[in-house]
Amino acid sequence: MAADTAVAASPEETLESLLREAEALKQKLEEERQKLNDVSLSCVAERLETIAFPNLKLRRMLKGHQSKVLCSDWSPDKRHIVSSSQDGKVMVWDAFTATKELTIAMPSTWVMACAYAPSGNLVAAGGLDNKVTVFPLAGGEDEPAARKRTVATHTSYMSCCLFPNTDRQILTGSGDGTCALWDVESGQLLQSFQAHAADVMALDLAPSDMGDTFVSGGCDRAVLVWDMRTGQAVQAFDTHDSDVNSVKYHPSGDSLVTGSDDSCCRLFDLRADREVARYSKESIIFGVNSVEWSVSGRLVFAGYSDYTACAWDALRGARVCVLCGHEHRVTRVQLAPDGTALSTASWDATIRIWA
Amino acid sequence: MVTMNSSEKAASKACQQGPSRDNSKCIKEEKEKDRDKKDNSALPPGVQALMSTIPSPEESPNYLVYKKMEAIIEKMQDENTGVPVKTVKSFMTKIPSVFTGTDLVAWLARHLNLDETWEALHVAHLLAAHGYLFPIDDHCLTVKNDNTYYRFQTPYFWPSNQWEPENTDYAVYLCKRTMQNKARLELADYEAESLARLQKMFSRKWEFIFMQAEAQSKVDKKRDKLERKVLDSQERAFWDVHRPMPGCVNTTEIDPKKLSRINALKAKRLRQCQELILQHNLKNNPIVTITNPQESEEEIQKKNDNVIKENGESSQPPIPAVTVGEVSPQPASVEQQIEAARRQVSMLRTRLERRNVRVSKVADMFIAYCEQYAEYDAFLTPPEWPNPWVSDTTDMWDQEKQCKEPLPLRRVRRWSFSLRELLQDNAGKEHFAKFLSKEFSGENLKFWLAVQELKALPIRRVAARAKDIWKEYLAADAPSPINIDAASRELTRQKVESGTADRYCFDQAQAHVYHLMKSDSYSRYLRSEMYKDYLNGSKKKTSVKGIRSIVSFTARKETSAN
Repeated sequence: MAADTAVAASPEETLESLLREAEALKQKLEEERQKLNDVSLSCVAERLETIAFPNLKLRRMLKGHQSKVLCSDWSPDKRHIVSSSQDGKVMVWDAFTATKELTIAMPSTWVMACAYAPSGNLVAAGGLDNKVTVFPLAGGEDEPAARKRTVATHTSYMSCCLFPNTDRQILTGSGDGTCALWDVESGQLLQSFQAHAADVMALDLAPSDMGDTFVSGGCDRAVLVWDMRTGQAVQAFDTHDSDVNSVKYHPSGDSLVTGSDDSCCRLFDLRADREVARYSKESIIFGVNSVEWSVSGRLVFAGYSDYTACAWDALRGARVCVLCGHEHRVTRVQLAPDGTALSTASWDATIRIWA
Repeated sequence: MVTMNSSEKAASKACQQGPSRDNSKCIKEEKEKDRDKKDNSALPPGVQALMSTIPSPEESPNYLVYKKMEAIIEKMQDENTGVPVKTVKSFMTKIPSVFTGTDLVAWLARHLNLDETWEALHVAHLLAAHGYLFPIDDHCLTVKNDNTYYRFQTPYFWPSNQWEPENTDYAVYLCKRTMQNKARLELADYEAESLARLQKMFSRKWEFIFMQAEAQSKVDKKRDKLERKVLDSQERAFWDVHRPMPGCVNTTEIDPKKLSRINALKAKRLRQCQELILQHNLKNNPIVTITNPQESEEEIQKKNDNVIKENGESSQPPIPAVTVGEVSPQPASVEQQIEAARRQVSMLRTRLERRNVRVSKVADMFIAYCEQYAEYDAFLTPPEWPNPWVSDTTDMWDQEKQCKEPLPLRRVRRWSFSLRELLQDNAGKEHFAKFLSKEFSGENLKFWLAVQELKALPIRRVAARAKDIWKEYLAADAPSPINIDAASRELTRQKVESGTADRYCFDQAQAHVYHLMKSDSYSRYLRSEMYKDYLNGSKKKTSVKGIRSIVSFTARKETSAN
């Protein structure tokens, strides 16, 4: 035991020198970044015309959940939506006719995340049960609940999930601070992604040529870009002042927008390796729960805890429209796959479609 | 006997709570003193520090928002520049310290630079819903932009104090209200229902709840009349926040993810505390005396085990015990920290090596992208077919599904934006494949698609499929060989032949092929007559078809109108 203390002395020294080195590197990095920060995005964008933005109107309202809607996801067929709620139900909707097509009772309440598979034949959901369960929608005569399969198990709650361009794999983020890629068929862990210092809140898949990178945001205020092949974080952004609740790739795949409890959305560019824009207002004091892009990357949509969602001109940094109507926190905003409508899910137990 | 016991307990609890609650009402210092008292127990410093962080207010997910709202409220209460607060006389009575909704909304609009009234009203509503201000006689915490009177909540009742009031407290409060014979204190219907429900729930200790309520009510009666009015309303508003009227939002709820996170953190801290206390006890009392009566047999057993271990190992006990005690409050060991620091340093190094683009250039790229895609953004340019959500017709989707030749011009034009756009569209992919087969270079695309498919396969089938791909495209006698550099081929060969073929074994080869397609075949495709013809074809025919569809559309409209 005495020997232990003797050994412990030198690691502490190394630790100190390492931390010093990290500090020096950080400073240098900041200098380098500053050199490249020759002009601000909103400054360049001033030459653009302001958007003549027709206010989005409420087109559909999906009612049926008994409690807060915590997550929702569009089907690739552009008209169905899956939603999950704190009442322990997962529902599949035909949003176009505003009718409920299917209700799946989950074993535990607090279903924090759900996702539609790219084929439209599967949905995945999970939450406080620490698991992701996959339900086939098509084929067979049994109820989907009878044909469910548990795919992933984390050591803490599952906060977000998505199918990475295939029905055969699922990517999850969890309160245990890790992200993980799973084989749906066998439930085998394909790759674990560990670098977050706290709970992972959000995930998004890169719309890149190969689709081999994704991004995650967490309660350690960090946004990490991952290489799925190696399991390593390849890029990091950490300028948020509070939990990062949502992150979304620009349709070009070259930048990210994030939403945080610090009531601010930020635009991080992967090419410039820095924050290039910030979307905030003095009168917006509540946290951002969800962010989304429009097809052209001109508009950023954000859902807030102050019961509203709004659209920002991503280039000029000005708010162009506010969606009022929800009676509680907006937990999720998502663009329909063809970009024709925006869905918002809220704690007021409704999902609304705007166009 | 059992009843006696439980009621005794309840009585002693009531006694403990009673006076502190009465005195501390509306006095914040009192609460802080209480906290200090807890901390002053003779525990090691590490434990005290940890204890005080359970549940740390800074970690509460609502903390930031509360602080921001409190900053606004403080400005609002400024004597000179704040919202004008006055005492209003009406008939025979006085209404103390109130302000009107109009004044409030105007103040917010001015101080937060809000151009539109609805926004100021919305902020005012949120402040009310969180209980920072409240309408003086309405359980529904909202703000109207009129002459309704509002009052500020006392900081003691602010939600940032992390109130988690219990049902017994609520029962005492409701019970108290029934004792005072005042119209303004009369219970609302939903409150009366709650009271009845609580009375059933706490029937065994109702006597004590009643006694407590009586005691509080007596204290209240001694107060000045106006002061009482204010205090009564503030207490009511407090309960309107924590037990909202049906149909009103409960703003004290926490996001389920964040709640799970906080609970996990609390559990972890408590565990650390227990460990520290354990070590503390070991240090101070070599013969273990258990100070915590609630400790289970099991834990005592564990402790004893530890002691035995400790004694068995050590002939020099005190020094290592101290080091252990100092290190363990930190969540990670030194080795882990070094590992983390190493990772950070290497990450920073790679970031420094990265070649980054200037922001001005990035900005240009953003703008170019927007300009190129504005046509495809339904929110900026109306789509070719009426938006299904607006027009309630599915024409747009039907058209896309049918995928009839010629395709709409803007869909075909999109293929020229990037190879990704071309390959994302099934029709584009097919057309490109046709072009390549004409050029006798179709295997590049086929190989690329095969590898994409491989990556999406269930893990069970990956190894076999990888072998197939190798045989088909890369082996010496491959029927459709692709051209890649020797190094990549060798790397891939090793992976496939060693039987450890994984989803990414063709990674390098695939990237190489993609680059080839992008820089060579794709640009030739865009210049080719084949693509141009296709583009022109869709241009000509779409325009004709477009007219026809408009005609048919209007015709249908007329028939439906008739």
